[in-house]
Amino acid sequence: MSAKTLEEPVRRFQEFLGHGCVVTDPVRLRTYECDGLTHHRATPGVVVLPETAEQVAAVVRICAEHGVPFVARGAGTGLSGGALPRTDGVLIVTSKMRRIISIDLANRRAVVEPGVTNLAITEAVRDQGYYYAPDPSSQQVCSIGGNVAENSGGAHCLKYGFTVNHVRALEIVTPDGDIVELSENDPGYDLLGAFVGSEGTLGVTTKVTVRLTRAPQAVTTLLAAFDGTERGGRAVSAIIGGGILPAAIEMMDALAIEAAEAAVSCAYPEGAGAVLIVELDGPAPEVAHQFGEVTRICAENGAFELRTAAGAAERAAIWKGRKSAFAAVGRISPAYIVQDGVVPRTALPGVLADIDRLSREHGIRVANVFHAGDGNLHPLVLFDDGEPGAAERAELVSGRILDLCVEHGGSITGEHGVGVDKSRYMTKMFSDDDLDTMQLVRCAFDPLGLSNPGKVFPTPRLCGEVPGVRKGAHPLVESGQAEQF
Amino acid sequence: MDALSETGVTLRRAGADDAVAGVVPRWVALPETTADVAALMRACAAHDLAVVPTGEGTKLNWGNPPERCDLLVDTRRLALEGGAFVEHSPGDLVVRVSAGLAVNALASFPGFRQELALDNPLPAGTVGGTLATAVAGPRRFRYGTARDLLIGVTVVLADGTTARSGGRVVKNVAGYDLGKLFCGSYGTLGVITEAVFRLHPAPRERRWITVETPASPASERPATGEGDALPDTAASPSGLASPSGLAAPDAFTALDALAAEFAASQAEPSAVEVDWPGPGGGPTVAALVEGTAAEERARAVLALADGHGDARIGEAAPAWWNTLPGDDVLLEARVPPAGTGDAIRAVAVRGLSARVRGSAASGVLRVTLPHDVGHEAFAAFVSSMRDDLGRLGGGLTVLAAPYELARGVDRWGPVSALPLMRRVKERFDPDRRMSPGRFVGGI
Repeated sequence: MSAKTLEEPVRRFQEFLGHGCVVTDPVRLRTYECDGLTHHRATPGVVVLPETAEQVAAVVRICAEHGVPFVARGAGTGLSGGALPRTDGVLIVTSKMRRIISIDLANRRAVVEPGVTNLAITEAVRDQGYYYAPDPSSQQVCSIGGNVAENSGGAHCLKYGFTVNHVRALEIVTPDGDIVELSENDPGYDLLGAFVGSEGTLGVTTKVTVRLTRAPQAVTTLLAAFDGTERGGRAVSAIIGGGILPAAIEMMDALAIEAAEAAVSCAYPEGAGAVLIVELDGPAPEVAHQFGEVTRICAENGAFELRTAAGAAERAAIWKGRKSAFAAVGRISPAYIVQDGVVPRTALPGVLADIDRLSREHGIRVANVFHAGDGNLHPLVLFDDGEPGAAERAELVSGRILDLCVEHGGSITGEHGVGVDKSRYMTKMFSDDDLDTMQLVRCAFDPLGLSNPGKVFPTPRLCGEVPGVRKGAHPLVESGQAEQF
Repeated sequence: MDALSETGVTLRRAGADDAVAGVVPRWVALPETTADVAALMRACAAHDLAVVPTGEGTKLNWGNPPERCDLLVDTRRLALEGGAFVEHSPGDLVVRVSAGLAVNALASFPGFRQELALDNPLPAGTVGGTLATAVAGPRRFRYGTARDLLIGVTVVLADGTTARSGGRVVKNVAGYDLGKLFCGSYGTLGVITEAVFRLHPAPRERRWITVETPASPASERPATGEGDALPDTAASPSGLASPSGLAAPDAFTALDALAAEFAASQAEPSAVEVDWPGPGGGPTVAALVEGTAAEERARAVLALADGHGDARIGEAAPAWWNTLPGDDVLLEARVPPAGTGDAIRAVAVRGLSARVRGSAASGVLRVTLPHDVGHEAFAAFVSSMRDDLGRLGGGLTVLAAPYELARGVDRWGPVSALPLMRRVKERFDPDRRMSPGRFVGGI
C-alpha cells in the first residue's frame, strides 16, 4: 500500500481528531518506529492520538472502510514487538487517554482509560489501603491498555495472577469500529477472557475496569544466598512443596548477580552463585509463620547467608539488584537478548543445566534471572555485536532455549507475548488445528484482518478459507502481502 | 444410527431421563477417548445431527431447551491418553484431568496438601459440566472461578477438529486462551474433553465466622400479596440506585456494611457469603478464613461483626454453605458487591416466597422461587428485577426453570456484546449443531 492510499484516511482523521492529533511529519513518525524490542523497526504510515473512545472508533471505522491496517500502542514498553507499526497503516497511540475515570472502593474497582500507567492506579488508591496487583517490571511507565493486550504479569503474579484475573470489564472498539462492553458480569461467552492477552489482534481497548486489591497487613522480604542455582532451586521446590505460596520467588545466577553489582552496587552476599528473593505477604500471623518456615527451608538447603528486610527501604535494597538485572547486563556485555520462556517448575534444574551446556557449546554467555516460583525463565543471552557471527550464535542459543521450554511441556512466552518476535515459534507449541481454531476467534472479531496484522500467528489465513487442509501457496504469500517462516 | 455405530463408540437409545431441558435426544454416546469424541463429531457433521455434551447431567435443565438434539455425548467414560483419568504433577501444583471426572475428586490429593480451589455447589458435577456452565461457589472471592484456575484445555469442535490451548504451566501467554472462551459456553462451541488446572496448597485449618442478623421491617413487608403479579412501582425499593443514596437503613443495608468490612479485612477471608431465608427472615452472613493462624484471623474478623447480631466462630461450615438455594426454579443475580443488600431487598419487596444465597463479596447471588409461582408472576419478577438490578449495574439470568414457567421469558437477558458472540458461534459451529438455542440470544 502506498502513501497515496493513506491520503484520504489521513484527511478524514484530521477532520475527526483535529490536525494536532494526527502525526504525518516523518521525523515525528520515526519516534514510534519500535517498542521495547528495538531490533524490529517500521515507521508508521500515520500516527493518531485520539482522546476519546468515539475518536478511536472513528479512526478504526475509517480504516475498515479503506482496508487500512491499524496497530494500537500504549507506552511502547512491550518486549515482543507487539506494537510494531505498519508502514502502510495507522498507529493508534493512547497516550492522550490517561484519565482515571472513577475509583469505587466499595466495589473494589477503578475505571481507567487505556493510557493510564499501571503504577498510577496503585498510586491513586494506596492511601486508602488498596493497590492494583499485577506489577510488570515496567509498571512505572507501561500503560494499562498495553497490559490488557499482553495479559501482563509481574513478579507477584505467582500468588496474585495476571492482568486477566484483575480486569472486570473492558470497553473496546471492535475492528468494525463499534464500541462494545465486555463484562465479567454479562451472560454469554467470556469474550473478556479471550480479549485480554490477544495482543491487539481483536480490537482496541478504550476503557478498563480493574479490580483493586486490599493491601496486605504484613510484607516480609528475604534474600538467601546459595553457592549455585541447584541448591537455590531445591529450596524453591521445598517452599512450594511445604504448602507456602509466596507473593514472589525470584532467582538470579552468578552472572546476573555480577551484572547487577556492576550496575547498581546492590551488595548481595559475596561469593553467591545464586540469590533467592522470597516475598511473603498477607495476614500478619500467617506471614510470621511462613517466614519461619522459609528461613528454615533455605538454611536446610544450604543458604549461607539470609537477610530480611525490616522496612520499605530495606525491601527496596533487596529488590534493587533484581529489578535492574535486564538493563544491568549492558555493563558486562555490549549486546544481549532478553528471552522469556516457561518450564514446569520441576523441570527447572534440568533446563538450567541444558542452558549451561548450550552456553558452553556456542561460546555465548547466558545470565539467568527468573521467576522461580512459576518456572518463568528470563535468560539474558550476552554477545558482542562487534564480533562477526556472534549475533547469529546468540540468536541460535536464544531460540534453542525456547525449544527446551517446549520440550519440557512449557511455553514460549510467560509474559512478554508472542508479537512479531515469536510468531514463528507458535508452530512448535501448537498444531495447525490448534492455531486454526484460535484463528476462528480472530475471524469472528476481525474478518478483514486489519487489527494488528502479522502478530501472534505465524501464517495469516483469510477468514473465508476453510480451515484444515492448505493447498499450494497462501494467497497472501503469493501476492507478496505476507511471508511465512 | 449406522453412521454413529461405525465409529465404534458405545451407543444406546436415549430415554426420558436423558432429556436436555425437556428435549429428549435420540441416542446417547459414551466415548472413552478424545479421538472417540472426534469420530462422533465427524459422523454427526456428515449427517447433520445436533449434539449436546453432558457429564453427570446436574445442570442439563439449565439454559434454554435446545432447538434440536439428536445425540447426547456423555463424557463420564472419557479418559486421558493412556487410560488414566487424572495426571497429577504435585511438584508443579498442576493437574490434568479428563472432562468426565467429578470435579470434587480434585478437592484433595492423598499424600499431598494440595487442592483445586474451585467450590462446586453441585457436588456430583463433572469437570466438563463445571467448565461449560462456569458455576462456582464461595471461594470465587479469593481464587476466582474455573476460568481463573484453568490453564489448559482440549476441545473437539463441531466438525471433529481437536484443538488445544494453554498448556501445563500457569504462566503462559502464547496464543488465544480458548479455555476462557469455553468456560460458560454451555456446550455451544464444542465438547471439552480434557482440562489442566493449577492447584493451590490445601489450607491446614478453616474457620467460619457466622453472623445471624435480625430481620427488618422491609424484608417482612409483602409487596402486593404473595403470588400476585407485578408489584406496583411504589413497592419497588425506593431510591434503589438514585444519586441521593440507598433506602432507609434496614437489614439489607446492614448486611452490605458487614460484608464490606469482612471483604476488606486484612485477615483475608477466602469467602464472604450471605443466606437470606425469605420473607420474615434476617440475612445470615458467613465468612471463611483458611490457612495458617485461622483461629487468630477469624477472631479479627469476628470483631468486625460487633453489634450486627448473633456472631460466632465455628470449625464447620454453615449447613447452607456452598449449596444452591433451590434447583427447579433458579436464577442468578449479578451486581457490584456493594449492591448485594439492594439486590436482596429488591427480591424481598416483591413478596414472593423466595430464598437468596451467594457471594456477598463478589456480588453473585442465586435466587430460588417456588415452582408453583405461576408463569405471569415469574415473567413479571424477571422483568422487574432486571430493571432494578440494571440500575445497580447488574443483571439477572434464569439458570433453571420449567418450560411452562419460563415460556416467552428471555432466560439470559440483554448483553452488549451479543453480535460479537453470534459471530464467534458462526465461526465455531456454522451449521448450528452444538447445543443449538441453549445459550444467550438463542445461540
